This record gives sequence, structure tokens and C-alpha cells, in this order.
Amino acid sequence: MLTKRIIPCLDIKDGRTVKGTNFVALKDAGDPVELARIYSEQGADELVFLDITATSDKRKTLISLVERIARVINIPFTVGGGISRVEDVKNLLRAGADKVSVNSAAVYRPELINELAGKFGNQCIVLAIDANLVDNHWKVFTHGGRKETEKELFAWAKEGQERGAGEILFTAMTRDGTKDGFEMDANKILAQSLRIPVIASGGAGNMQHFSDVFLHTRVDATLAASVFHYKEIEIKKLKLKLKKDGIAIRI
Amino acid sequence: MKIAIIDYGAGNVKSVQFALERLGYSGFLTSKPAEIQSADKVIFPGVGEAKTAMTALKKQGLDKIIPQLRQPVLGICLGMQLMCEKSEEGNTSCMGIFPLESKIFPKPLKIPHVGWNQIESLKTSLFKAIDEKAFTYFVHSYFVPTSEFTIATSNYGFEFSAALSKNNFYACQFHPEKSSSTGEQILKNFLML
Repeated sequence: MLTKRIIPCLDIKDGRTVKGTNFVALKDAGDPVELARIYSEQGADELVFLDITATSDKRKTLISLVERIARVINIPFTVGGGISRVEDVKNLLRAGADKVSVNSAAVYRPELINELAGKFGNQCIVLAIDANLVDNHWKVFTHGGRKETEKELFAWAKEGQERGAGEILFTAMTRDGTKDGFEMDANKILAQSLRIPVIASGGAGNMQHFSDVFLHTRVDATLAASVFHYKEIEIKKLKLKLKKDGIAIRI
Repeated sequence: MKIAIIDYGAGNVKSVQFALERLGYSGFLTSKPAEIQSADKVIFPGVGEAKTAMTALKKQGLDKIIPQLRQPVLGICLGMQLMCEKSEEGNTSCMGIFPLESKIFPKPLKIPHVGWNQIESLKTSLFKAIDEKAFTYFVHSYFVPTSEFTIATSNYGFEFSAALSKNNFYACQFHPEKSSSTGEQILKNFLML
């Protein structure tokens, strides 16, 4: 049986993890490779690395980091952040990334998805969408959620699927950082209307939240950052609870 | 041991190389027929689209070389599908090592089939020390039906071939190089063949 995935997300800046961590056992808490190794040992199903480095000349740091991660980690990982060209993706995949996620650049030039899917296959293209409720409509935001666009979440996700995205990573900005639980309604609609897998992100605060979104929507995976970084939730315990709740999970 | 990893421009060949390194072996990336033919083991990875990949193989004459190999060969993911007769993807003629055809997962199944799924009915020493229902990582939209060549099955809506073998040719639909310790054991088993 195909299992639901638990995906920790690490924010990377200049080759280092940004958010502080409580992993006392780590020699270097800022080293993404060390963190990735711990998560993978705890049973994470995949990892996402989001590069928030502002300047493009630091890209080389990212490439060498991706290669270091690929050497150590024996589970799949996705790299995202600032990807706008076929060349970027080629370099990341060649360094050992399994998938890349695109966000703002695809909103402004949707053909990017077709180009990437055509060249590398849709299985390695994740379309990341940040959206927020504005006057009762789910509007797509770009630039880390700072800029509202004309696009509407469900239509954009569908377009992404048609253009060749292999998965949708949907972050409900209303929920992000609130620890109030995952967005239910939008995830329900997304996961029902799309034929590609949906990863729900934003709002994870406790283990029940993960259970709820898997039991009440058809999402395929959940992504979270701080609850894992600050050790509020341990992946191993989370997965045991989900299994007990009758959710298909890899232990 | 000389382990050739066939590099024909299709995707993530580095992962396979790194996985071998973690096991204490070193594999070399190559597209040169002579280097492939003289290797002790050959790994044939692949991600991407069938037609594009077959075109790339043909350009380098590898579509003729691979089916003639005598040493153990392991196809991975798209590599396995290219070792079959035909793929529904782009209606592509493939290498025909296995007289089988890959087809797209029917609706309403989500595609790609992505994530961790169990493998069972394990046969051959490729799965030595692997438990029935062990988890491996899959990512694919096309599947090969079960047949006499099936040495492992998985279930996504129905049973399909998770691995195949015929003579010196082995192939798995999942990614052993991304399947945690289970995948590493499978790679190790292949190197021991």
C-alpha cells in the first residue's frame, strides 16, 4: 500500500540552516547535512530544502551543499527557492537533488513548468503554491508571500498539472506559523480535483493536526518545519500515532 | 570490482554513484560501449520520459549494446521500462530484453505513483535478507504488469511488477538508491551476484 509521507522542510541561507534547532546531539546545528541525516534516521519520508539566499552569486554554495546532502542521505529530497531557469534545475539535479520546486518564477512565466517537465520529466517538478484567503477567494502570492497576484489557487494548481508539474506543494499562508492545524477546506478541494499528488503545508502544531488532514482530505503528504526543528514533535512518535489512527504510514 | 553506471543524460545518475560509495564501492559514470562491456556489473538508471531516453540511447548505440551484455545488469525505474519491449509513453519501442509493455496507471489513480510502497512475493537473491512487505521508494506514472519475469510485486490500485529478472538482467521499478537501508541491501545483493 502506498503510504502517506511526512516531510520536514529546512530553510537554507548561504549553505546553513536558518531556524535554530534544539538538537543537542548535533555537532553543528546549523549544518543542513547533519540535520538531514537525523531526520532521515528518525523516519522522514522525504526532505525539502528551501534556499532563501537572496543573491545569485551564492548559488554555488547551494550546489555544493546539494552534493554533500546527496552523498549522505539515502531518501529522496527536493530543493527549491529562486529557481527560474532550466540551467538552475540541470545543475541541482546533476548535483544529486531528486526533485526541484518552483514557485514565483512559474507564476510569472508558466511555460517554465512545461520546459522543465519536458526536459527532466514531470516526476521531478514540484509546483509550490503560497496562497491566502482574500475576500473569500484563495489568491496566489509570490516572493515568499509578500506579493499578491491575480491567480486563483485551484485554477493555478490545475494549470500547473496540465503544464506538467508532478506534485503540488500548497502552503496555506493563513495557517503558516499559527500551529492551528492544516487548512482543511482548500486541501480537500485540491486533493480531490487534481490527478497529481498534493503536499499540505502550513499550520502543523501537534500530532493530531497531521492525523486530521490525512483522515479528512485526500492529501498525499504533509510538510512542516518548526515543529520538527524545535523537537515539539518527534517524527518516529508521529508516525506511530498516525499508524494507530489507521493511516497508511511507513514505520 | 568495476561497476559501470550508464550515463546517457537521463537524470539523477549521481544518486546511484553516491549510494554505491556509501556501501564502500565506487561506480563510474560512462556512456562508452567498451567501458560498459568490460565492467563486472552494469547499472542502468533512468528518470524522465521514455521517448527522449530511447533517442539518447540510440544516438550512442547503447540500445544495441545493453541487450547483448553478459554480466549482471540492473535497470532502475525508467531503466526497467526501457528494458521492456514497448512503452505506452510516447508509444515508444524499447530494447526488448523483457517481452513486456509498460502502460500508464489508469484513472482514478493519482499519477505519478510517488512515495513509499511495499514490495512482496520476493524472488531471487536480489532480495536476499529483505523482508516481505519491505518499503521502497517509487516515482513513476507507467507500470509493467506482472508476468513470469516478475520477481517482486507492489500494489497501487492493483498488483504490478516492482522488479523483473531474466538471465543476467535485473530491473526494479523503485529506486534502491533512495530506499533507505532496504535499498542499500538490494544494491549490495546485486553487487554480490
